[in-house]
Amino acid sequence: MKLRDRISSWLESKFIQAAASAALLAFMALLPLFTDNYYQNIVWNAFFYMLLALGLNIIVGYCGLCDLGYASKFAIGAYTTGILIKTYHWNFWATLPVSIIISIVSSVIIGLPTLKLRSDYLAIVTLGFAEIVRITARNLKITGAATGLIAIPRPTFFGIRLVKITHWYYVFLILVVIYIIISFRIRNSRFGRALAYIREDEDAAEAMGVNTSLYKLYAYVLGAVLGGVTGSFYAVKMTSISPGSFDFNQSVNVLLAVILGGMGKVPGVVLGAAFFALFPEFFRDIPVIGDMRMLFFGLLLIAVIIAKPQGLWPERNK
Amino acid sequence: MFTFWEIVLQQFINGLVLGSFYALVALGYSMVYGIIKLLNFAHGDIYMAGAFTCLSVYSLISGYMPGWLGISLAMLAAILASAILGYIAQRVAYRPLLSAPRLSLLISAIGVSLVIYNAVMVMTNSKAMFFPGGINKSTGISYGHVTITYMQISLLAAAFAAMAALTVFISRTKLGKAMRAIAIDTDACYLMGINVNAVISFTFMLGSGLAAVAGGMYCVYYGNVQYSMGYLVGIKAFTSSVIGGIGSIPGAMLGGLLLGLLEAFGTQMLGSSWKDVFAFSLLILILAFKPNGLLGKPEVARM
Repeated sequence: MKLRDRISSWLESKFIQAAASAALLAFMALLPLFTDNYYQNIVWNAFFYMLLALGLNIIVGYCGLCDLGYASKFAIGAYTTGILIKTYHWNFWATLPVSIIISIVSSVIIGLPTLKLRSDYLAIVTLGFAEIVRITARNLKITGAATGLIAIPRPTFFGIRLVKITHWYYVFLILVVIYIIISFRIRNSRFGRALAYIREDEDAAEAMGVNTSLYKLYAYVLGAVLGGVTGSFYAVKMTSISPGSFDFNQSVNVLLAVILGGMGKVPGVVLGAAFFALFPEFFRDIPVIGDMRMLFFGLLLIAVIIAKPQGLWPERNK
Repeated sequence: MFTFWEIVLQQFINGLVLGSFYALVALGYSMVYGIIKLLNFAHGDIYMAGAFTCLSVYSLISGYMPGWLGISLAMLAAILASAILGYIAQRVAYRPLLSAPRLSLLISAIGVSLVIYNAVMVMTNSKAMFFPGGINKSTGISYGHVTITYMQISLLAAAFAAMAALTVFISRTKLGKAMRAIAIDTDACYLMGINVNAVISFTFMLGSGLAAVAGGMYCVYYGNVQYSMGYLVGIKAFTSSVIGGIGSIPGAMLGGLLLGLLEAFGTQMLGSSWKDVFAFSLLILILAFKPNGLLGKPEVARM
């Protein structure tokens, strides 16, 4: 065995991976002890993008469907929680099941007719649906019209009122860990293998007896549910939500994180999300680069998809 | 006061003008889809680039010649610029991926869209540009309270002329025949000695040119352009081509006009803040109940 192979097999061993993950998790858990609110909020933002990217990854990365309106999924969760708390004075934790149910219903309505058709129709339909959600939120009274919902009360958790930024840092860190576990569990299940089959060759999957439209619908609904839950937590963390937070750019950012990060590869997606959340922080003060950011991402996207169609850190080489 | 029939007639005229924009953009969508099965996500941005070229060129030359000549020249410049842009996009971002999975092609198109959108945004400093004055927009033929302006008449005439020319071109010329052949069976076309890549390039240029005509018409009609104008029109043009049956040329025209009319009447009934919701709900309903559109052929192939 060559030294290189030995090193790579050593790196891929379960023990090393587990140790590295544990070390990283411990570092993230201890980070608030050394940093102030400003940096905690920046890292919180990265966590938030990771949650969105992990949810979208099930649709785009695992199943190979193109969803251009992921912002609508988390808008639905955020508005459901926001309205139930503000207007009906519900407890935050009680709004989560409702937010999940509404996510399921809305994604079935969108997914059922579209997923039977060619996959690329889904791209435009999700885009159109995202616009419908955004415009509806802007026009209805119950969603607070253009100003949105403001002063959503913060929830309590075992008697602690979650008001400090550090609280939210930990809530979202725990959510990221849960989403990562869910992602791995799905990937290693029969369901996950069926999704990978659909992504690689839909016709072959169908020929082998995989009910492709049903599995695509499951993947789509699951991604929407994760997005909805993220949105619910986002609403109470931010305490205010407005239609502007859920526009097309938001959807594109999450999609870029998933695609450039590595379509299906969980660490790649997490890294991609962190990159897209932190990148603007580094380049905020440089005016020209700040404005040309998306131009640069567009070029990068074309280059990556031509040179490495499976993303920068793919799940499996061709 | 407007009577009921006057409102109907006026909205019919408005809808027809709006629909002719959609139809021209939808044609490019539909042709490209017919040939390489790509939803050219950047098409709306190419339309936007055409509108900007038209406005910029017209602002430069309008002082030296009569208005109609200036507009015609500006329109030609816009068609040329958009065709070149469409060619470059196709050559750089799409051709290397023609045999790759379809999702890669779509993502590449999103990349092209981001590049054009943000390039124009940076170039114009995110500001809208306005059409210089000197064009009479309000005179026209009136019947009761219903007015159709001379500008609307000329825009409709230009749109219908472009669509008629395209129909003749596709059905009568050799190149048009090659386009139809590639849409049916690309591999057979290679074997029959058709220069497939050249025809695909030409299709992109033709579609982009038509989008530029719509973009130029938009900036003359509404008097202002901004970098974000392509996004909505792009989705609506896609909706139009789905209504008509994607891949079908007459379908794209019909779908565009129909969507324009529906939107005009929808706005009249529901108010302008809901008009986009109306168009997109229509898209979802049509995909649910009649996915092949009005004039499209049923497709057996999946994916």
